[in-house]
Amino acid sequence: MWFFSDEHRMIQETVRQFAQTTLAPRIEELDEHEGFHREAFPKMGELGLLGITVPEADGGAGQGAVSATIAMEEMAAVDASTTLSYLAHAILCVNQIARNGTPEQKQRFLPKLLSGEHIGGMGMSEPEAGSDALGMKTRATRDGSSYILNGAKTWITNGPVGETFYCYAKTGEGKKDVSTFVIEKGTAGFSVGKKFKKMGMRASPTGELVFDQCKIPELNRIGAEGSSIAAMMRNLDLERITIAGMSLGMARSAIEAATQYSKERKQFGKPIGAFQQIQERLAEASAWYEACRALTYNSAYAFDLSQAGAPGAPSTREISALAARAKLQAAQMATQVGLDAIQILGGYGYTREFPVERQMRDAKLIEIGAGTNEVLRLIIARQMLGDEVANA
Amino acid sequence: MNFQPSEMQTELTDLTRKFAREKLFPLIEEDENEGRFRTEIIEELGQLGLTGIPVGEAYGGAGLGYSEYVPVLEEIAGASASYAISVAVTGLAQVILEKFGTDAQKQHIARLASGQAIGAFSLSEAGSGSDAGALRTTAKREGDHYVLNGTKLWTTQGDSADVILLMARTGSQADGPKGVSTFLIEKGTPGLKLGKREKKMGCHISHTLELILENVRIPASMRVAGEGEGFKIAMTALDSGRITIAAVALGVAKAAMDVAISHAGQREQFGKPIGEYQGVSFLLADMAVQYEAAKLLVQKAAWLKDAGQPFSTEAAMAKLAATDMAMKVTTDAVQVLGGSGYTQDFPVERYMREAKVLQIVEGTNQIQRLVIGRSLLRSSS
Repeated sequence: MWFFSDEHRMIQETVRQFAQTTLAPRIEELDEHEGFHREAFPKMGELGLLGITVPEADGGAGQGAVSATIAMEEMAAVDASTTLSYLAHAILCVNQIARNGTPEQKQRFLPKLLSGEHIGGMGMSEPEAGSDALGMKTRATRDGSSYILNGAKTWITNGPVGETFYCYAKTGEGKKDVSTFVIEKGTAGFSVGKKFKKMGMRASPTGELVFDQCKIPELNRIGAEGSSIAAMMRNLDLERITIAGMSLGMARSAIEAATQYSKERKQFGKPIGAFQQIQERLAEASAWYEACRALTYNSAYAFDLSQAGAPGAPSTREISALAARAKLQAAQMATQVGLDAIQILGGYGYTREFPVERQMRDAKLIEIGAGTNEVLRLIIARQMLGDEVANA
Repeated sequence: MNFQPSEMQTELTDLTRKFAREKLFPLIEEDENEGRFRTEIIEELGQLGLTGIPVGEAYGGAGLGYSEYVPVLEEIAGASASYAISVAVTGLAQVILEKFGTDAQKQHIARLASGQAIGAFSLSEAGSGSDAGALRTTAKREGDHYVLNGTKLWTTQGDSADVILLMARTGSQADGPKGVSTFLIEKGTPGLKLGKREKKMGCHISHTLELILENVRIPASMRVAGEGEGFKIAMTALDSGRITIAAVALGVAKAAMDVAISHAGQREQFGKPIGEYQGVSFLLADMAVQYEAAKLLVQKAAWLKDAGQPFSTEAAMAKLAATDMAMKVTTDAVQVLGGSGYTQDFPVERYMREAKVLQIVEGTNQIQRLVIGRSLLRSSS
């Protein structure tokens, strides 16, 4: 993008190289066998990517949403699964501990997460609370200087492989009585439930987290009791902006593969790129992609301005709607571009010889995770119409 | 105009649906994960009289039309696109032999029609997909025999097929489509080797094979119709094949839609079923409209074929409309189910992966547009 700083460009180049050398050689096999590229994490740690949004004082890279989005875009262009696991780790877990934890909590949890020795994740969704996140039923009941947790979280990225989870639970009767707890692997009463078999993102393990009389010390509660909603929503905005970056990366790869193929593949005596049907699809794909790229980085930039309290920066509500718009469009774009790329590659596109079928399977998730298209449309409409009209 | 299904159509639909739901569906999730094709399923379908619907009774078929074939394939596809494609491909071999085969060649129809044997159709090559007439596999005449050499690609059930109808070049490369002939090759013919099996996005039960022909020597009596008529045979076959693929698309879409509707009625968020939100119910409404519209087009193409009228344009329209519809409907069904839809806990993600191949086989949808566009301009001139 035109406004990328030298630092942004350096991050872009670093991640691009990391993705090519570390992620590219393994993703095909990991996708087929539903593996997990754990060894990639310490390497990301060395590059400073695991704490990309964490202040330098806390051991992070001190970057904002623009840099995080760049990292996600470059990684996802090669391996969306590992990128999704990276998102859960760096944005949903590490960033939140750094933003909302006490100095002691940061000292306890961050070092191993920043080095990649531990894998992090976040627990919000539940079987009956997906889009309706605040309908969660997991309870944390006060017990002296501890809490007893009961309930289950589902669709948790890194659930089956993680050590540290940033989890939300109800601490009161009200819809907004939500508190946050850091829960570590090995805690009595905490177990990992089933691992999901998925259409795509197969090298990013997804599972259930189960709490059965799970005793968590008060020291693991992040922030004041019942005060987690604002931070949860704020981080959803960052999640949506950066995950839109993933859609950009996947779409870019698909467009590149389809363009290359259209130059090389000959049918009826000429490259298929000479046929208008192919040209039209490529042109539409690239136009939609560029529009989404501008929208996504505009949102990231606005998010950073707003975080910095810059004069004239958009309001929190405007940022939420902007993030929702970016993700809504980028996610749909990447699925459609993926489907079109397969179509251009024809029989070859349907096979695993080319990465486009994997990219399409992966891309579909972004229309569901971090707020479905439907929920995002609701958020945007509420911002446009006001709550009174939208919820009448 | 009559939209009332005939007694025969209703009977076949019920029979196939029962088998598809009770016998087939419970096997599919695991078999798809394992890529396991069961020939006994084809045998059972044969015993029910479902594997030879459109060929004459004289050859062991059911002597029915595509208007009966469409609902049968739709119902099988509702459980498994892979098996529906298998039945359609075995059917294609029968249709070709019935129309173009010699009496001796027609002897093969009975075992195909009864599900005792499996058929395949081998046209594509690495360098000739949409441009099928440019194929390079050669068939050289040597006395009373032909000797075939080359490599075919994307042959559905090339590994389990007992009878393969294969297009090869008897003329020169410069002859283009006019130099192509069709051959009947039986399983186990020396020199016929299985190449790699494709790893695909979906339809894992349906194996897709590369076939390698190394000095495959077959009697000249195994040539179907005259030298140079192979491309015409292939195109004629593809015309009817398109109706079958459109039928498969209807089945996949209907199955996905049914799951989405049921889920939307049960899943509650924010205190009410998600189907009560317009964002979801309008998605369902569009699915139903697009499905019904495509179905009418498929039925029309089948009706024209059964009535002996020209149908190739309508078959291309039906294939294009039904497979694009299936892609959209299955993608939206995954969306309606949200996180659950993305997992294998529900079959909709499989339907979506299956729908994609239907936009590619039997002529990519770009080729369908080409066929339709040409036909429109020809008829207006």
